[in-house]
Amino acid sequence: MQGFYPLFTAIPLGMAFINLLMAKISKKVADYIAFIATGVLAVMAVRMLFEPVFVYKVGGWPPPWGILLVSDGLSSLLLVVINVIGFLAIIFSTKYMTTYTAKPKYYTLFLLMIAGMNGVVITGDMFNMYVFLEIASIASYALVGFGCEKEELEASFKYLILGGVASTAILFGIAFLYSMTGTLNMPDLAQQIEILGMNKALGFVIALFIMGFGLKASSVPFHAWLPDAHPSAPAPISAMLSGVLIKALGVYSIARIMFHIFGPEPMISSILMFLGALSMVVGVFMAVGQSDVKRMLAYHSISQMGYVTIGLGLGLNPNVDPAVAALGLFGGLYHLVNHASFKSLLFLCSGSFEYRTNTRNKYEMGGLIRRMPITSTTCSIASLSISGVPPFNGFWSKLIIIIAFLKAGYPLYGAIAVLVAFMTLISFVRLQKDVIFGTLPEKFREVKEAPLLMTLPLIILAVLCLALGVAYPFVDQAMLQAAKDTLLDKMAYMSLLTGG
Amino acid sequence: MICYFLALVLFVMGLYCLVAKKNIIKKIIGVTITEYSINLFLILIGYRRGGIAPITLRGMDPGEVAAKGVDPLPQALVLTSIVIGLGVLALMVAMCLRLYEKYKTFDMSEINRLRG
Amino acid sequence: MPDIDEEIRDTSKGMTSIVKTVVRFALGIIVIFGAYIVLYGHLTPGGGFAGGVILACGYIVLTLAFGRQIALRKMNNKAASILDTSGVLAFLAIGLLGYTGGYFFLNFLGRGKMFDLVSAGTIPLCNIAIGLKVTASLFAIFLALSIFGRFISSLVDEDE
Repeated sequence: MQGFYPLFTAIPLGMAFINLLMAKISKKVADYIAFIATGVLAVMAVRMLFEPVFVYKVGGWPPPWGILLVSDGLSSLLLVVINVIGFLAIIFSTKYMTTYTAKPKYYTLFLLMIAGMNGVVITGDMFNMYVFLEIASIASYALVGFGCEKEELEASFKYLILGGVASTAILFGIAFLYSMTGTLNMPDLAQQIEILGMNKALGFVIALFIMGFGLKASSVPFHAWLPDAHPSAPAPISAMLSGVLIKALGVYSIARIMFHIFGPEPMISSILMFLGALSMVVGVFMAVGQSDVKRMLAYHSISQMGYVTIGLGLGLNPNVDPAVAALGLFGGLYHLVNHASFKSLLFLCSGSFEYRTNTRNKYEMGGLIRRMPITSTTCSIASLSISGVPPFNGFWSKLIIIIAFLKAGYPLYGAIAVLVAFMTLISFVRLQKDVIFGTLPEKFREVKEAPLLMTLPLIILAVLCLALGVAYPFVDQAMLQAAKDTLLDKMAYMSLLTGG
Repeated sequence: MICYFLALVLFVMGLYCLVAKKNIIKKIIGVTITEYSINLFLILIGYRRGGIAPITLRGMDPGEVAAKGVDPLPQALVLTSIVIGLGVLALMVAMCLRLYEKYKTFDMSEINRLRG
Repeated sequence: MPDIDEEIRDTSKGMTSIVKTVVRFALGIIVIFGAYIVLYGHLTPGGGFAGGVILACGYIVLTLAFGRQIALRKMNNKAASILDTSGVLAFLAIGLLGYTGGYFFLNFLGRGKMFDLVSAGTIPLCNIAIGLKVTASLFAIFLALSIFGRFISSLVDEDE
């Protein structure tokens, strides 16, 4: 399995272009190619969970010169999230995307996006990370504007401009790091910075990275593009963007760089915690008055990503008890996985409703549980998960984060987390009332349940939501623990340079 | 040292163009200027006074090139970043044409259907 | 070639006959120079991207001077797209062939003698693949934008 690690980027890249070539002969093959490619990737990603930590040298070049690929707990975790959600989104797309033209091109862009995200997650080289980040971003810009209507183009253009600024800031930071250390290899960078110590130039680099990756993760002062871009994309793409892309490009990169390259630092920690708290509050308050279901979900994405960021921030704090910091980090990572499952489920549900009713306005819908029972039930489960109702997964991760903050002596942040959880609950109860229950409007009397290929991913994700909550001590604790231990152990990461 | 400030000035000019101008085409030019300022910065990192091009030609001693040549890595990075910039630029221009087709204007302040 | 001479005299399409005559002479040089940059990429400055841009510029000059019809006869939209895709796939295949030696992107061919045209293992092959890709995709972008631009300018005329 170790020898095939680069295939995580090679398979989607190759399939994307084979797909384009085959589409010239027959348009039907595109579905199967995308399905098989993402299916194989999902199986491979699950297999990667059982591999030990290893380093892959591309082209056989030894570390400081060649490109390293690193496989450890964190990257395995993200690989599973990306590829499994991607697989389910592809299944959903086969039916949903028939309402759009140029389906083969859609699959090509989708596979390119997956290739970029997998690349960001597996690489151990700064510039390589930047290149893959750009591949994923460019594919996502095009996918947001895929419908080519007025709103979609406007959203895509805004996203494009802000994404361009973010990439520039990231490249600026990488150039600064290279000029200081003379290396781009991430374990090597960690060693060099350990020798250099903290100085003002490094502070500038950290500011640039927080701005750049914060824009990609849509943390609050940089969130302007997300509420436009995510609702405008086709539903499976919204699910991918909200569920996976902002995590793989934004949060993962912040975690990897801050924990492993710069190491625990009170300044970074307090900035991240502040940004997280701000995102939580602003996102949830902006979500209140939205009538468009997908737009409301997008604001909730900002708010929920705040939980992940605040957890990471606590984990970076060297001044609190290490056990408590580890708990906060664990909660953040757990919430990352949970958010991927329930937010992609919610977006897919909204796509399913839209497919049958042709509207996204929640005040026009109502009583749909009588006509679309499966979609409505899964939507209910996801709403309960995101608002933190006990048996479901969202509750446990929020609880862990809140407990960690109270133990660490930040009662204010703990109180904010509780308040935001409460606001989220109110918001989703209103969504339930408006869309699923209530009176069925006259014009939706004849609405049918969505086709099987669309409900199947919904059911799988709903089961995942429940399983991640109920079976949490047995199933996913080991995998989250591995990711958490990886992040906290900077020494092990630095030793990959020589040990691998 | 002064040439690093040139890169910074270019960067700030690009950002100003991006923020202050309403025309979409000018915004695109702003993004491109910021990109090129970073490329300039990368090239300046590798520069050394009296350096030679880091290419070994027939009849040259590789050791001498390694000792006197400028750092080749930033140049490779700049090449990659130019390619990426080309991709983004093509996408932006295409998007811009599409926007004109729908809205019949290049003025960003009139393209405001998404609010709130 | 008589048909080219007729094309040059035909002033309804493309630019004036002066431009057409100059382009006719220069085009061969441009293409040869582009091919040289691609093929010698592993020995001198240049490589797949730079050479590919020069080759694509050759096509663009042809389009500008003679109008779209002649250029499309040499390479149309579909051919450009197919060449583009096969360039990527060739590059990826070179990477995957490295598995014969145990590593992705391993330089599995012999290195040869320094400064020979056939040396440095897979690098010239990579350059050719990249050159193909860049030529085709830049020309495809140009064609797409120019077709679209014509469409837009017809919209402007309608407005006025």
